[in-house]
Amino acid sequence: MCACVAAPFAVTTTSVPRTGSLPVLPETTTEAAALRTRKSVKIKAPFCYFLGKSKEAEIKRINKELANIRSKFKGDKALDGYSKKKYVCKLLFIFLLGHDIDFGHMEAVNLLSSNRYTEKQIGYLFISVLVNSNSELIRLINNAIKNDLASRNPTFMGLALHCVASVGSREMAEAFAGEIPRVLVAGDTMDSVKQSAALCLLRLYRTSSDLVPMGDWTSRVVHLLNDQHLGVVTAATSLITTLAQKNPEEFKTSVSLAVSRLSRIVTSASTDLQDYTYYFVPAPWLSVKLLRLLQCYPPPEDPAVRGRLTECLETILNKAQEPPKSKKVQHSNAKNAVLFEAISLIIHHDSEPNLLVRACNQLGQFLQHRETNLRYLALESMCTLASSEFSHEAVKTHIETVINALKTERDVSVRQRAVDLLYAMCDRSNAPQIVAEMLSYLETADYSIREEIVLKVAILAEKYAVDYTWYVDTILNLIRIAGDYVSEEVWYRVIQIVVNRDDVQGYAAKTVFEALQAPACHENLVKVGGYILGEFGNLIAGDPRSSPLIQFNLLHSKFHLCSVPTRALLLSTYIKFVNLFPEVKPTIQDVLRSDSQLRNADVELQQRAVEYLRLSTVASTDILATVLEEMPPFPERESSILAKLKKKKGPSTVTDLEDAKRERSVDVNGGPEPAPASTSAMSTPSPSADLLGLGAAPPAPAGPPPSSGSGGLLVDVFSDSASAVAPLAPGSEDNFARFVCKNNGVLFENQLLQIGLKSEFRQNLGRMFIFYGNKTSTQFLNFTPTLICSDDLQPHLNLQTKPVDPTVEGGAQVQQVVNIECVSDFTEAPVLSIQFRYGGTFQNVSVQLPITLNKFFQPTEMASQDFFQRWKQLSNPQQEVQNIFKAKHPMDTEVTKAKIIGFGSALLEEVDPNPANFVGAGIIHTKTTQIGCLLRLEPNLQAQMYRLTLRTSKEAVSQRLCELLSAQF
Amino acid sequence: VRLKGQGKRCKRSEGLEIRFILIQNRAGKTRLAKWYMQFDDDEKQKLIEEVHAVVTVRDAKHTNFVEFRNFKIIYRRYAGLYFCICVDVNDNNLAYLEAIHNFVVLNEYFHNVCELDLVFNFYKVYTVVDEMFLAGEIRETSQTKVLKQLLMLQSLE
Repeated sequence: MCACVAAPFAVTTTSVPRTGSLPVLPETTTEAAALRTRKSVKIKAPFCYFLGKSKEAEIKRINKELANIRSKFKGDKALDGYSKKKYVCKLLFIFLLGHDIDFGHMEAVNLLSSNRYTEKQIGYLFISVLVNSNSELIRLINNAIKNDLASRNPTFMGLALHCVASVGSREMAEAFAGEIPRVLVAGDTMDSVKQSAALCLLRLYRTSSDLVPMGDWTSRVVHLLNDQHLGVVTAATSLITTLAQKNPEEFKTSVSLAVSRLSRIVTSASTDLQDYTYYFVPAPWLSVKLLRLLQCYPPPEDPAVRGRLTECLETILNKAQEPPKSKKVQHSNAKNAVLFEAISLIIHHDSEPNLLVRACNQLGQFLQHRETNLRYLALESMCTLASSEFSHEAVKTHIETVINALKTERDVSVRQRAVDLLYAMCDRSNAPQIVAEMLSYLETADYSIREEIVLKVAILAEKYAVDYTWYVDTILNLIRIAGDYVSEEVWYRVIQIVVNRDDVQGYAAKTVFEALQAPACHENLVKVGGYILGEFGNLIAGDPRSSPLIQFNLLHSKFHLCSVPTRALLLSTYIKFVNLFPEVKPTIQDVLRSDSQLRNADVELQQRAVEYLRLSTVASTDILATVLEEMPPFPERESSILAKLKKKKGPSTVTDLEDAKRERSVDVNGGPEPAPASTSAMSTPSPSADLLGLGAAPPAPAGPPPSSGSGGLLVDVFSDSASAVAPLAPGSEDNFARFVCKNNGVLFENQLLQIGLKSEFRQNLGRMFIFYGNKTSTQFLNFTPTLICSDDLQPHLNLQTKPVDPTVEGGAQVQQVVNIECVSDFTEAPVLSIQFRYGGTFQNVSVQLPITLNKFFQPTEMASQDFFQRWKQLSNPQQEVQNIFKAKHPMDTEVTKAKIIGFGSALLEEVDPNPANFVGAGIIHTKTTQIGCLLRLEPNLQAQMYRLTLRTSKEAVSQRLCELLSAQF
Repeated sequence: VRLKGQGKRCKRSEGLEIRFILIQNRAGKTRLAKWYMQFDDDEKQKLIEEVHAVVTVRDAKHTNFVEFRNFKIIYRRYAGLYFCICVDVNDNNLAYLEAIHNFVVLNEYFHNVCELDLVFNFYKVYTVVDEMFLAGEIRETSQTKVLKQLLMLQSLE
């Protein structure tokens, strides 16, 4: 033992009792325990002095020692190697105690050229620990390393290589990246030097891969997998794995070599490998490394290699079932380290259903193991198994055990894994159970993981909602149980869904109304409740228990307890109430007028109060109805909650992060605050635009309109798209009809795909945004949407679009913009045909795209007299089309009015002598002509019938508009 | 043919396997720190403190693994000392857990088993570390081989 280290400071003070030696590890080997008795190194007291007691004393003592060393280094007398080593070692010791060292580097570098091992070793250690890579000494250091590498002394070569591997600077890579491969593959290099050289090269490759030249040595490195010395194989496997990740082609031959090496290890008897057997497990670390190397590649193509690998994996799985060869935890840990890595490879290949199911069963056993480590790892590993189609069902069988883990595990990180696994194994069949369990766990869950559970519940509830009332209930429960952890994304999302799905709006209104009855409810509930009642409170207002005034009083009772943003939201709800429920207008105006609102210190609240009060006072009912109309559906896009969860989870990729950011900023702007509807809606009906005169001009020729001559009407976006067009999706007719009077919403939805639309039209031009949402977690490939105009349609409608990315990631949404030009009037609708590959299957969906003639309507206001004058002018029998039909929907005056306005014509009040009738007027704009249109709808409540009359200057237009509008009532 | 799942796991261990090895006592004093990644001194100090805070609150019923920043710590407690290895989240937990044990047992042969031994024989402990782990990778796992090498080096002293 080196005396200078055992006693760096020869100061003796009273002895301090030595801290007890490690009552080491119950699991230590007996040899080691025996050896322990040998250690009786005398520790001199002053060290204890250094190790703690008084910080001040320690600093004082160290400063004294540093001064001493400095004087020795600066002294006239040249120090011999031994003294130099002694003082450099002391400096290192002081540094490791946590003190700064700013000298001694030169002396350390000098030690490198010593011929004595101990001196050289301390020199290299000092350099490795203390010298940063940009030191000006690097040239001297490199020189010493160079000499040692060339020394042929394996000990010195080892020290030099370890130093390079520790520092790994670019300068060192420049100096040695060429030399080290030679050392590695030279025939006469000692095994221990090869090990160090392999890993040293690995370090240089990681820090400066551009400086490591590929060459002849690469193939020889691969053959190190066959080396007799398992230590060399261990080191080489790491190097090859890293190289293969970057250059898979070049290192492909390593696969068969790794398989045969692995095979020899796993089939060897427990004592065959002697030194490399660890607690009866043959070469566990090398096995793990080989299995990881194989994870850089797909399953081997060569059937013989593949068969051999499958055998290896089966052997590993079989061994897990054998009785343990030792009761020591080391034995089972080493065995299971290999097993888990084998399972990782099986999951990575994802090609052998038999192995996947066996892996799942094995993990299932671990789920109930008494070792917490194994339960944790089994949960973690099963999470990835759940995403394989082969083992998903097998994973699901363990649901009860996993739920139990959630309830009983003591370690929060294990519970966390259980939550992850439940999330991963969730599908339509078990979603209600899993969501219910997560909700009940949430009541007692650790604070650290609550937010994540909230996000997961929200995502699962949305993803697997068959019945949206269940979804609404779940989210409201979420807010009740863990309101503080419900982020904006979650409550925005529930509102988006309620707004976009009219089948759930009444239920949502009723449910939030009931939830708000609770004496203390979370502010997030007030937000959701305020928004939903403001939009859909009318749907429950018929019930005297939730009359408008009761709704208002209920919300207003929460108002004063809420933060400013919530109050601002509630003010918007109130103004929406003014529109929905004229009977509460005076009450609401009183509230807005009160000093606490009009003179509120918060400028946002004050402004809203002033503006809303004014609006409610000056605006006519019509204007109020327009400004405060129901919010249009939100454009469909990837759930912002999903984006948030992605962001929360571990090291996400850059793109993920960017997506999440973009998602957030969209939400900030588009957050569902019940703002008054867009102002453009207010200005649309322009009373002065009496353009109908044009329509009354000479009728257009009855024959087919002249072709516009613009070609390419078949908007085939991709030349390589499959030609087969699927028959129209079932129900697409209904969906199509729903879009006649509206421009936004969901056009199509099945288990895989959702298609949302958002469109705008102006005169004869339009633009449609089509949103394709991948509802699965798997990507769609060759995703090819095609717009098809039939031969009849082609001359009349011009569609232009750009291709979309053929890959749609799981959960992602892509958007396609279609520019539309109406050349002349048309009857048919274009078809949107979508083809893509999902998993192994080819999917084909076709839907009619709701581009209808009425989209090119411009409303025209006119007085009664004008209307009838024009009506008479269009009295040719061909110009009028009439349809008498039975009402398919309840005959509600307001709904009817909204539909006529949505259809695109102006709704003319006080024109028809019979106030029960509706009349409308507008102009259809096409590129070639403009066509004036008048319509009259006469409801007969007793008979539940309508009579619809259309008069336009062109028969085909009258016919088409009549068809389209008749289907709406 | 690109197979399902290919690539997703290949990307993961682009960096080092082991980021650092730390041996700390219960009070948080570092008894050995070996860094396999470039950190500046402030960062090192922060890591040391964070690891201590994360590991010492856990008891025997907990797992030997704990998530840490974007990595995970595999640790084992021997008497008053925590042996911690920081690795990539996808790395093999049990392999590193046993690597710690393998390392501790070897130090036993060289008497470096109590906290003070670790302090005073620090230069030997570094040698053992370098024999077993290099460039963030497991270099040698055979106790016999490492022992032989260490005895040879000791004979040179």
